[in-house]
Amino acid sequence: MKLTLSWLKDHLETSASLGEIVETLTRIGLEVEHVENPADKLKDFVVAYVVEAKQHPNADRLRVCMVDYGAGAPIQVVCGAPNARAGMKGVFSPVGAYIPSKKITLAQGIIRGVESNGMLCSAAELELSDDHDGVIELPDDAKVGQRYVDFAGLNEPVIDINLTPNRPDAAGIHGIARDLAAAGLGKLKEHSIKHIEGKFPCPVSVKLDFTHEDAHLAPAFALRLVRGVKNGPSPEWMRKRLKDIGLRPINALVDITNYLAFDRARPLHVFDAGKVAGNLVVRRARAGEEVLALDGKTYRLDTGNVVIADDRGVESIAGIMGGEHSGCDETTTDVLIESALWDAGNIARSGRALGIVTDARYRFERGVDPAFCVPGAELATHLVMQFCGGEPSQIVVAGAIPGTERAIEFPFSEVRRLTGLELETSEISGILEKLGFGLMAWATNSERVHVKIPSWRPDVEGKADLVEEIVRIAGINRVVSTPLPREEQAIAKPILTLLQKRTRQARRALASRGLVEAVTWSFISKERATLFDGGAPALSLANPIAADLSDMRPSLLPGLVAAAQRNADRGLGDVALFEVGQIFKGDGEKDQRVNAAGVRRCGARPSGGGRHWSGVAGNADVFDAKADAMALLASLGVATGGLQLNSGAPAWFHPGRSGTLRFGPKNIVGWFGELHPRALAALDASGPVAAFEIVLDELPAPKARPTKVKGRLELSEFMPLERDFAFVVDRGVNAADILRAAQGAERTLIADASVFDVYEGVGIPDGKKSVAIAVTLQPREKTMTDVDIEAVAARIVAEVGRKTGATLRG
Amino acid sequence: MAKAGHPINGAPNMSDLQTLESQTLAAVAAAADEATLENVRLGALGKKGSISALLSTLGKMSPDERKTAGAAINILKDKVGEALRARRALLKDAALDARLATETVDVTLPVRAAAVETGRIHPISQVMDELTAIFADLGFSIAEGPDVESDDYNFTKLNFPEGHPAREMHDTFFFNPAADGTRKLLRTHTSPVQVRTMLNVKPPIRVICPGRTYRCDSDQTHTPMFHQVEGLVVDKKAHLGHLKWILEESCKAFFEVSNVKMRFRPSFFPFTEPSMEVDIQCSRKGGEIRFGEGEDWLEILGCGMVHPNVLRNCGIDPDEYQGFAWGMGIDRIAMLKYGMPDLRPFFEADVRWLSHYGFRPLDFPTLAGGLSS
Repeated sequence: MKLTLSWLKDHLETSASLGEIVETLTRIGLEVEHVENPADKLKDFVVAYVVEAKQHPNADRLRVCMVDYGAGAPIQVVCGAPNARAGMKGVFSPVGAYIPSKKITLAQGIIRGVESNGMLCSAAELELSDDHDGVIELPDDAKVGQRYVDFAGLNEPVIDINLTPNRPDAAGIHGIARDLAAAGLGKLKEHSIKHIEGKFPCPVSVKLDFTHEDAHLAPAFALRLVRGVKNGPSPEWMRKRLKDIGLRPINALVDITNYLAFDRARPLHVFDAGKVAGNLVVRRARAGEEVLALDGKTYRLDTGNVVIADDRGVESIAGIMGGEHSGCDETTTDVLIESALWDAGNIARSGRALGIVTDARYRFERGVDPAFCVPGAELATHLVMQFCGGEPSQIVVAGAIPGTERAIEFPFSEVRRLTGLELETSEISGILEKLGFGLMAWATNSERVHVKIPSWRPDVEGKADLVEEIVRIAGINRVVSTPLPREEQAIAKPILTLLQKRTRQARRALASRGLVEAVTWSFISKERATLFDGGAPALSLANPIAADLSDMRPSLLPGLVAAAQRNADRGLGDVALFEVGQIFKGDGEKDQRVNAAGVRRCGARPSGGGRHWSGVAGNADVFDAKADAMALLASLGVATGGLQLNSGAPAWFHPGRSGTLRFGPKNIVGWFGELHPRALAALDASGPVAAFEIVLDELPAPKARPTKVKGRLELSEFMPLERDFAFVVDRGVNAADILRAAQGAERTLIADASVFDVYEGVGIPDGKKSVAIAVTLQPREKTMTDVDIEAVAARIVAEVGRKTGATLRG
Repeated sequence: MAKAGHPINGAPNMSDLQTLESQTLAAVAAAADEATLENVRLGALGKKGSISALLSTLGKMSPDERKTAGAAINILKDKVGEALRARRALLKDAALDARLATETVDVTLPVRAAAVETGRIHPISQVMDELTAIFADLGFSIAEGPDVESDDYNFTKLNFPEGHPAREMHDTFFFNPAADGTRKLLRTHTSPVQVRTMLNVKPPIRVICPGRTYRCDSDQTHTPMFHQVEGLVVDKKAHLGHLKWILEESCKAFFEVSNVKMRFRPSFFPFTEPSMEVDIQCSRKGGEIRFGEGEDWLEILGCGMVHPNVLRNCGIDPDEYQGFAWGMGIDRIAMLKYGMPDLRPFFEADVRWLSHYGFRPLDFPTLAGGLSS
């Protein structure tokens, strides 16, 4: 919403400065986005007189002029405009002036061998219009040397308000003036709008053709004919005001409608009655109906749009834009003035669907003042007759102006309850009355009043809205900051849920392993989502911002791999990234999970990678990914006693170099491994890449315990001892099974078992491998004798043999 | 070794003993390594050593002689023994030093970077942890909800009328409609979490709701995905004055300044009434934003008293309970506090950016330790 100071002063009697007005507007909720003064960019241009104009010696189309611009003797200027001649007055830019259209600072020049000390300007050069056919010609009474902006009255700051959608009244300058008056910046000028007596019945009738359910789409439609008008340019003052706020003056009849939209927040439409065939009917558009609108574009309508039609067809899209066919131009002699009410929601949806943004739509979708429907038509008639003459008909109103009588029962204490601010009732009443609210005292109770809502404030519905009106005018700065300590005056209690805690710990744990946290888009391409078992229709966006951001991610890995590749493309190939964030298994609220995933590309190993004087580390592999996953579980305090590990993982992993982690047949908690070369190729990425992904929601919670006491620590006084065993087993036997079997041989004695060598090759039969393990025995009650130790060793060999088919290596 | 002259029979004279002593001690001192020293020891104290030989003569002496000579010889033996021990220790030390002297390395050779040096926490996570520390201390808990939301929770319950321009301002991402005609959307703010909280928790309520939010908008300062944190307080007395205090205190704590001026401007949000936008005081000297000083204002958040319709829609009686809410961009306040000039790199995962603007793994923000130091 734009306005100028002089226009504002039509409605507000004030001596406040521009600065005070701007500051107050923002303070009361009409936020000033910026103030622009066109004079700022045109300040260097002055009125000049062309003393002499001679043919340029070297160019047929150029003239050499002597120009007096009030700064000493006339100076020489070369000019190419056909209308530059001696004795004219024009707009001159001296050397050093900034030319906005060309974005240059003018310098002295030599044009075809003749010195030129400035420029006579066209309207286009000053960005005043598109006219660049000749230089601007000023009337003889223009004072040489005067700033052009002062001569032309361009020194008019334009205030641009970022209007919130709840304030339809402030979409008109009158409404803004009312707010400023209430805030103490002057007095609102109430212009009485005279009823203009119709001289004859309106020859065109209007029918609101709606079903009962649709009646709200067009509650009322006022129409009047003014015949015998002479249309032409509107008066200069109106043209200037429209230009000031960035509108293009067209002709008097059209300008009046645009003017009143801004002056009174009352959009109107004018039809050339001579082009209207028969009577008007207001109805839903028919599917496929077309209209050529005033913007020169043809719109295809559907039944969601409301139109004004005549016998010929659609003449106007209700509340949004008129039709080209019955628009008013210089030939118009009979004009139909429309002032109507439309349904705000329907106008918003229609406008959005058609992609039309107009000042009318802007106002109707916020809600115009129903009570001003007929006065708006009267005011327009008044201006039409003033500018164009003519004879008005009576006004016909189809439908009925809806009643706007609403009142709220308002206890004054509500202000204190919601804001903590103590205000005298007289101040509260004063603010409301100045904003146009009516206060009706309560006979038996001076603590509350009935507040009558003005017709132009559809946004005010209840007590809280009144409190906002009062506090914004009184000043929010008067609300006193009041401590709100914790309810319980004690040491702060823990507030994080287990998952919230684990989410936070997971990030620190993974960062501690050298991974860098990335935050990647929650949406990826359908192709990539599908590759990772996602891409369900329920998780596809109807209006993605880009084709490759169309589907909610089923995994963090596609985003991380793409991110790693982007780094590789910048020359940083050894990257280790992780993300802890949401993934989507469906569109239900339980289908969103928190995952933690990481990727290690090429040499980005936990202990550093690549070439190094201490040795080459090689690429990150399945065991780095496994170590990340296991370290994560350990950091989160997940009891891994029940954890099962199987080889193999989903299709995007290498089939032989990956594993699945689970706490039961169905409770899969994650995967790790090297990514499948085909998956990398599908992600347009190169590798190798080792990766893991853990579903944090699926991890078992720690067992609830009644106290914080840790389990008893039992320390043996006997030395532990270690025995090594080298087994030969089939190649497919898992090391974990050998270890589990060894540990199961004597549970009380065996404290630990680990693999210290794996070997295949010379000395080992084909299809077999040697796995060497170290078993730690911890005597509990007495030192073990050689006989004891031999007995345990025999049990270990037997148990491992029984479970895995292993034999001792000879 | 030269044999000191002594009588075949009878006691050695004192001058012979002195000569033996000085010769033996000189040999000890002259031994350059442990092997030589061992030879000296054998020459003096070995079975056939010079001092051992003297001791063997004691048996042939008269008791008087034996008494005098015995004492003198034993003193000599002790002296030599002590000298041998001292020399041996010295030679051992020297040998160790000599060995160590050959074992030098170039300690300026670089080591591999430790994992904890290279790992980083994203600024968004860090700021969320900072906010958690602040609001946990004020008695708030953390409420979360799904990104995929219903129109009802994202708009209708929050008092956005159907077709209202305020809905259009949200640039919503929609999913394809389900068979029953309803369609889910990506939440445009974290306010639906407030709705979920009010529907499920009886007041008093104090929560903050951090999370990912989405709008189909993308330019220099907007990304289609961003992060918000909202706060909600509902009880029987919470008013605008309390809101001001919470915002002032939390902003001071977050920006780690002792004072911060705030400017409250009336504004409009469908879900609050009265509604306000808040600017904070700052200075922008040399392109660096500083808070708690200066003449400039910077818009930082929106807030207000929870709209009675919203309370009602969530089953809370607006005449019995009241409350306030606020919301701000996590990415935005991270940029303001830590000086990232652009938003877009937050989501580009450029390790150069992450290493520079990210945080070390063990810099867990606490109030006791200072949020960022």
